[in-house]
Amino acid sequence: MQLHTLTLREASEMLATKQISSVELTQATLQRAHEIDPKIQSYVTLADDVALEQAKQADERIAKGKDLTPLTGIPFAMKDAISTRGVRTTCSSKILENYVPQYNATVTQKLADAGAVLIGKTNMDEFGMGSSCENSALFKTRNPWNLERVPGGSSGGAAASMAAGLCNFSIGEDTGGSVRMPAGFCNVTGIKPTYGRVSRYGLISLVSSFDCIGPMTRDVYDCATVLETIAGHDPQDSTTFNSPVPQYNQNLNKTVKGMTIGIPKEYFVSGMDAGVENAIQQAIRTYEKLGMKIQEVSLPHTQYALPVYYLLLFAEASSNLARFDGTRFGLSASENAKDVIDIYLQTRHEGFGDEVKRRIMLGAYALSAGYYDAYYLKAQKVRTLLRRDFELALSSVDILLAPTSPTTAFKLGEKTNNPLEMYLSDIYVVATNPAGVPALALPAGFSNNMPVGMQLIGKHLDEQTLFQVGHAYQQVTDWHKQNPVIGD
Amino acid sequence: MTNKIDTDMVKHVANLVRLGISEEEAQTFSGQFSSIIDYFNMLNEVDTENVPPASDTTNNTNVLREDVAEPSMSRVEFLDNAPQSERGYIKVPTVLGDES
Amino acid sequence: MTQYEPVIGLEIHAELQTRSKMFCSCSADYSNAPEPNTFICPVCTGLPGAMPVLNKKAIEQATLVGLSLNCSINEFNTFARKNYFYPDLPKGYQISQYDLPIASKGWLDILDDTDSPMRVVVRRVHLEEDTAKLAHEKNYALVDFNRAGVPLLEIVSEPDMRTVEAALSYATKIRAILRYLGVNSGDMEKGILRFEANVSVRPRGSSELRTRTEIKNLNSFRALTRASAYEIERQIKVYENGGEVVQETLGWDEAHGVTISQRGKEDAHDYRYFPEPDLPPLQLDRNWINSIKNQLPELPDAKNRRFMEQYELKRREASLLTAEKSLADYFEEVVSKSKSSAKTVHSWLTGEFMRYMNDSGQTLEDITLSAAQFAQLIDMVTDKSISGNSGKVVLNEMLNAKRNCDPSQIVKEKNLAQVSDTGFIQEAIEKILSDNPREVEQFLAGKETIVQWLMGQVARATKGKADPNIAKDLLVKTLEARRK
Ligand SMILES: [Zn+2]
Repeated sequence: MQLHTLTLREASEMLATKQISSVELTQATLQRAHEIDPKIQSYVTLADDVALEQAKQADERIAKGKDLTPLTGIPFAMKDAISTRGVRTTCSSKILENYVPQYNATVTQKLADAGAVLIGKTNMDEFGMGSSCENSALFKTRNPWNLERVPGGSSGGAAASMAAGLCNFSIGEDTGGSVRMPAGFCNVTGIKPTYGRVSRYGLISLVSSFDCIGPMTRDVYDCATVLETIAGHDPQDSTTFNSPVPQYNQNLNKTVKGMTIGIPKEYFVSGMDAGVENAIQQAIRTYEKLGMKIQEVSLPHTQYALPVYYLLLFAEASSNLARFDGTRFGLSASENAKDVIDIYLQTRHEGFGDEVKRRIMLGAYALSAGYYDAYYLKAQKVRTLLRRDFELALSSVDILLAPTSPTTAFKLGEKTNNPLEMYLSDIYVVATNPAGVPALALPAGFSNNMPVGMQLIGKHLDEQTLFQVGHAYQQVTDWHKQNPVIGD
Repeated sequence: MTNKIDTDMVKHVANLVRLGISEEEAQTFSGQFSSIIDYFNMLNEVDTENVPPASDTTNNTNVLREDVAEPSMSRVEFLDNAPQSERGYIKVPTVLGDES
Repeated sequence: MTQYEPVIGLEIHAELQTRSKMFCSCSADYSNAPEPNTFICPVCTGLPGAMPVLNKKAIEQATLVGLSLNCSINEFNTFARKNYFYPDLPKGYQISQYDLPIASKGWLDILDDTDSPMRVVVRRVHLEEDTAKLAHEKNYALVDFNRAGVPLLEIVSEPDMRTVEAALSYATKIRAILRYLGVNSGDMEKGILRFEANVSVRPRGSSELRTRTEIKNLNSFRALTRASAYEIERQIKVYENGGEVVQETLGWDEAHGVTISQRGKEDAHDYRYFPEPDLPPLQLDRNWINSIKNQLPELPDAKNRRFMEQYELKRREASLLTAEKSLADYFEEVVSKSKSSAKTVHSWLTGEFMRYMNDSGQTLEDITLSAAQFAQLIDMVTDKSISGNSGKVVLNEMLNAKRNCDPSQIVKEKNLAQVSDTGFIQEAIEKILSDNPREVEQFLAGKETIVQWLMGQVARATKGKADPNIAKDLLVKTLEARRK
């Protein structure tokens, strides 16, 4: 039996029918992680003790048959930006390398309450700043499909752990494609929900107004299951929606016939790999065969999405990362500091990597007296236009379809010397975050043996349609069922 | 708007975010920043006359909490994470001047 | 020689006395915390991932203050981050309000140094969070986060005050209003209320605004007036010596009575404000604002006007009472329970009663004397059951007793009842006259002023209990009888 390729739903059925216990499943997952992960390096921390304890409790719940959820007893991985009480949470930064939170993020708590089993914390670009996972200050994660290549970023560890079969589902976080882009690179299904659908309380903020926690899974069905568990209003996060969370899986099989897909013409201009374009065109034809209408739409401000995204990211991040000052937690230069300003300067110099330094300095620049109007304020205004683009385009179609990246996973080191070129790899995924709309990433085929990802973009709070359309695709394709052979 | 971010400007913004920085680093960043800011200046093409800034996409308003006091977190755990503490306080190096 | 005129504006920082903090559920009552860092949570200590949630009560109280200061309440207002580094600021930014504060464009009428009325414009009232407490030790500092995140109101005036006395009058009145509203205790020693003065000077008659300095952290009315006066003199001297005043932030050294420059701060004053993305805006609708308006109590000015009319008091007399709502309430309760005139009650309250409070350092909250018994005592004097002097003795006795006691009981215990029994008084007079034959001779010889001396003897012999009017009648009659 191939435990590591089980979907969440299959694993849950095996647990419910007592074909396997949660402890057995957890032990098998941990054992595989200890064997395989040294090649992939997707995990920053493997929480063996916590996992086995949670698995034991899950087995008791299953034995009593009480309070069972689809996640009870299921091993999962958590992006290392999400606070886990008692389990080290590093954001893949030196500044938090030994930081152990005193409290749980709301998402962590919801998953614990549902009986899910935390296997470990996954690697990422430091504080989510990167598109390849190479900006992790701890180590670089590799793509399970080709160990010479990057898994994408920033939730690279989350996607890689999923693709390598080192958990049954994985929790990522998407600030500007950080779930979708690595999902595409690693042949995983993943969603960036509507901003405000999932609580950010306990998520170490990169961009407070963009950050969205979202699941990464083997298929759409699992993705809907996990989102349903973690979504919802949180009194501790004032930016969450009050509206109830739908039971997504109940409407998954509704027909997509007669629905309309919009193809944003600005996404299909230049710079896209032929292999990627091929795969996407094939996916569009698949949808046509399913009876969907295809319509070209326009998102006229697309070319400005990247500067808007990065400017606002820099600005908010410069403020969000101010609390890492060496006085209350984390790395501290307190031993050598001659005064308090010195402790700030030294701690932050030693604790932050170059990309973080670049971004918080540029953020301070964009917000500082004399530059605020030209950069921060201007970006917020163009953000309004980006949002209107999506509203207008989605008023005439049900969803939009686009690739997640212009290329498949690139080689490690290929773009590390040119920050701007690295930023450009996010070109298809960043616009949704300033606009707040949800987007679902799905495996859409292969190009030169590397996975190609596509994304479906939906209306505000309409994750249901995304799941429905995504599920329809996965009923007639098997890209999502392909698993990598882990080389040496 | 001048696009050149010289090393003095790099040092200025580094100080704003309390980031220690060496002369060489300032030079490297200065070169990188200028090309990134150049790229951002593309936004000047966009007509934003009468366009309101968006800082939030939820349209939530008036999210308020009742004024009820609840028990606090453990001080022991809080101080466990602190690099230095003394008699229940967080301890920091000498503070020069006063800003508030 | 140029005559200079000061130009003063005040920023008043008032903590709001909510139960919980501004953005988290920790107790805001930090002055009663058992130990440092015991009223804390991830939010108010700036732990990674923690998020703020607005306290409804703080919004209500801020609105009350805005309305009391005749401000317009901004129906749409937002929070902003003020970014700077300091060990008392856990997040590296303070959540405050910037371009859209909760209230703006108000005013407050005060009396200036010549007692003439003047209007001070209130530019804005905004909400923010207080910082942690920093204790400076020799080679390090200690941080206590119990105060971090307590709601703080900042009330900013225009630079409308031209004298230190006007600034004091404005500050005093703001304090009274905050206390009337029950949103701030006005305790300056504990830092629950603190001031910041913006001071500049200019040639009298000119309308220019010259470079100003900001004096921070003034923790008493005395510090406010002394620091402002010092700074005015300092700036005048700078100009007279041909110098220029430098825009800077100053501290006040109470011990040496000087303002001191807080150097090295100016570079960090680029606060990089931007909208707080963790907090959705506030949209306060008219009905809600009106419902808050309906909660407004009678404020000092209105109460003063009413007291002048209803109790026929002069402005100064009334304001002695209305400066403190509790004193004004006590006054009205005593008046309502007493048969004596309001004027009489006023003179008892502002006389012997206040003297006792001042001497003992007590406040009205410490006083246990009920209004009813105070009224009973005043009435005993009014209807001459006891003398005025005895009344004062009994009052002090009651105030010291720290218990509810019946004034007539004390009069009895101390044997202070005023005697109008003519027989008893006559007896005393006879004895005095026979003991002092020389004085009687002098009276008979025409020296009538000796009656006062003899009255003193009567008062002493009767231990002050003799009704003075009756005693004088009897004494004169008895002396006249000796003529025959
Ligand atoms: Zn708190």
